[in-house]
Amino acid sequence: MAVKGWIEVSDTYCKGCEICISACPQAVIELNMAQLTPKGYHPAHTFKDGCTGCAICAVVCPDAAITVYREITKVNTPVTA
Amino acid sequence: MTTPNLVYERPEAFTDAPTHYCPGCTHGVAHRLVAEVLDEMKVTDRTIGVAPVGCAVFAYNYFDTDFVEAPHGRAPAMATGIKRVLPDRVVFTYQGDGDLASIGMGEIVHAAARGENLTVIFINNANYGMTGGQMAPTTLPGMKTTSSPNGRDVETQGYPIKVSEMLSTLDGVGYCVRRSLHDPKNIRLAKKAIRMAFETQVRGLGFSMVELLSTCPTNWGMTPVNSLKFVEEHMIPAYPLGDYKVSDAIKQIKI
Amino acid sequence: MPKELWKGNEAIAEAAVRAGLEAYFGYPITPQTEILEYLSRRLPELGRAFVQAESELGAINMVYGAACTGVRVMSSSSSPGVSLMMEGLSYIAGTEVPAVLVNVMRGGPGLGNIAPAQGDYYQAVRGGGHGDYPRIVLAPASVQEAIDLMVLSFDLAEKYRMITMMILDGSVGQMMEPAEMPAMQEIRRKDFKWATNGAMNRERRILSSIYINPPDEEITNLRLLSRWKEVQNNEVRYKEYFLDDAEIIVVGFGTAGRVALSAVREARAQGIKVGLFRPITVSPFPFEALDQLTGQARAFLVTEMNTGQMLDDVQLAVRGRVPVEFYGRTGGVVPFPDEILNEIQRINTAPIAADSDPRNAWLMRMTAPHSSPLPEGEGAKR
Repeated sequence: MAVKGWIEVSDTYCKGCEICISACPQAVIELNMAQLTPKGYHPAHTFKDGCTGCAICAVVCPDAAITVYREITKVNTPVTA
Repeated sequence: MTTPNLVYERPEAFTDAPTHYCPGCTHGVAHRLVAEVLDEMKVTDRTIGVAPVGCAVFAYNYFDTDFVEAPHGRAPAMATGIKRVLPDRVVFTYQGDGDLASIGMGEIVHAAARGENLTVIFINNANYGMTGGQMAPTTLPGMKTTSSPNGRDVETQGYPIKVSEMLSTLDGVGYCVRRSLHDPKNIRLAKKAIRMAFETQVRGLGFSMVELLSTCPTNWGMTPVNSLKFVEEHMIPAYPLGDYKVSDAIKQIKI
Repeated sequence: MPKELWKGNEAIAEAAVRAGLEAYFGYPITPQTEILEYLSRRLPELGRAFVQAESELGAINMVYGAACTGVRVMSSSSSPGVSLMMEGLSYIAGTEVPAVLVNVMRGGPGLGNIAPAQGDYYQAVRGGGHGDYPRIVLAPASVQEAIDLMVLSFDLAEKYRMITMMILDGSVGQMMEPAEMPAMQEIRRKDFKWATNGAMNRERRILSSIYINPPDEEITNLRLLSRWKEVQNNEVRYKEYFLDDAEIIVVGFGTAGRVALSAVREARAQGIKVGLFRPITVSPFPFEALDQLTGQARAFLVTEMNTGQMLDDVQLAVRGRVPVEFYGRTGGVVPFPDEILNEIQRINTAPIAADSDPRNAWLMRMTAPHSSPLPEGEGAKR
């Protein structure tokens, strides 16, 4: 099963430059045209499921606006003899 | 701070201040990488930054370290003054191409030649950003700027200066590489290079510089995403990425 | 300490070391290079920083960097080199960090020559770098005084977070005189509340001369001026010779003042009531002392090795109440005591209108065919 992740985009920092949108391997980010940041930008947000928490958006973000989380999947403890 | 789920968060070496850079400008990426490296090396507390004149003039607002603000081009001289009296501190300059490769060429060459234990982050975006996109020493042949409106004519306006190639000829230089900030892979390589540059400094292995091919969407008149393509298609061929000088001692460093 | 024979430039360098100089950054230029050479040996042997910079631009910005950390730091140069440093000096002033600079002045403008001159008075006292900023300027007339003022320079720079410049010329820099060195001060790094020396668990600090919001820059400039008022109130220094009953008062700084003293002694021997007033701080200038002396003076004679720069300040102090006369040699020419004696004798016998322009009158005398001290025929040519 695919790893599940999510991002938080800070309104304070995001300038809507769209670099994260073009970099996202899952193509799940877009600008939120329904919202404006205090500086007047449309911030990025995930608009559909599919984020894996790969953090590529954060790697390319020029404004350190993105915090990335990933769901912790339970790892079966291997049974040893 | 950290939660078990956390994959990435804003580096601690950053202050809370949003940057003044234009949307999509890779100055921000370069800043972030420096901050991440300071965090990883746990040296924020003993780092002193030297800001340039140019777009990064306000760099001191963004790093949670002591900072000074140098006259145009003189950051390597100021950094020399600081490092010579405080050799156990980590000192870095952050300079653009007008600052470093034009007005400050004397200061950078001699700081490198003296093998000052400094780290220089050099942003090459092929123009003077702060003053509105004039021709820089790094402007590509044929590239239009506000002071080369018909495109840089090498017959009358000369040729681009390849700083990394030039500085790598100096014996005082320990580490001198060129990286690019145009895609995730190259950003990761850039970060690794910045880490190596700071490691060079803290080990006293000589002058270290990372040249970063960077964008200037506003003055190039492109979207941020198209600017990244411009770097890939036009800047990299003119300014090949690579390790121009990595001294033997630095090659041994494992991080 | 016993007196020893010291060459001016080397004495300055050693005095700086004893005052706790931790770092020197300089560039060779005659006639001050001995300071650089001396410190290139002395500082490394004490484990302190010495860098021969790539230029005076480099040197002053290294000074700027080190000054931001709060250590005692200096550079030295001579006129053309000091011109190159003006950018850095303005930034240092705007950042309010202490730094010390020695200018061993030479003949100018331009490349000029390496002979003693005082043509940088305006640059040092009035202007130099861009923007509104005050600076302290000290003018020694002997090797001993240069030593003493060197030590004082660091104290004043630190106390007022201000550039302190010492201006002298090649004759003081190159001459050897018996002088006493101060005791070696221990290096004690002070915990300045402004120094950028690595945060180390305190709040981070920024040092900069940038105030992007004009009202903030205005407040800064007013703060600099208020601090300057303190300097003016507390730090004016000068020396008086034979002034008790003097009716003619010669005013000269540095070497010109020293030459004038010989002339004054000779004139006294001839029975002329003349004295010498020698400013030691040419910035802050001793306006008040000269103002008071105006009450007893019949005339002032300003002697300088330039075309009349400090003359303006003396005229500001005297405010037209009595005549101010001027005698200068310039371009690297040092006046002989006899030349100044002639001027004293002239003023003593011939009445001078209070409203005459001393610089014009001097220029006329300098270029007149018969009275000019210039080589035969040269006066007439110009």
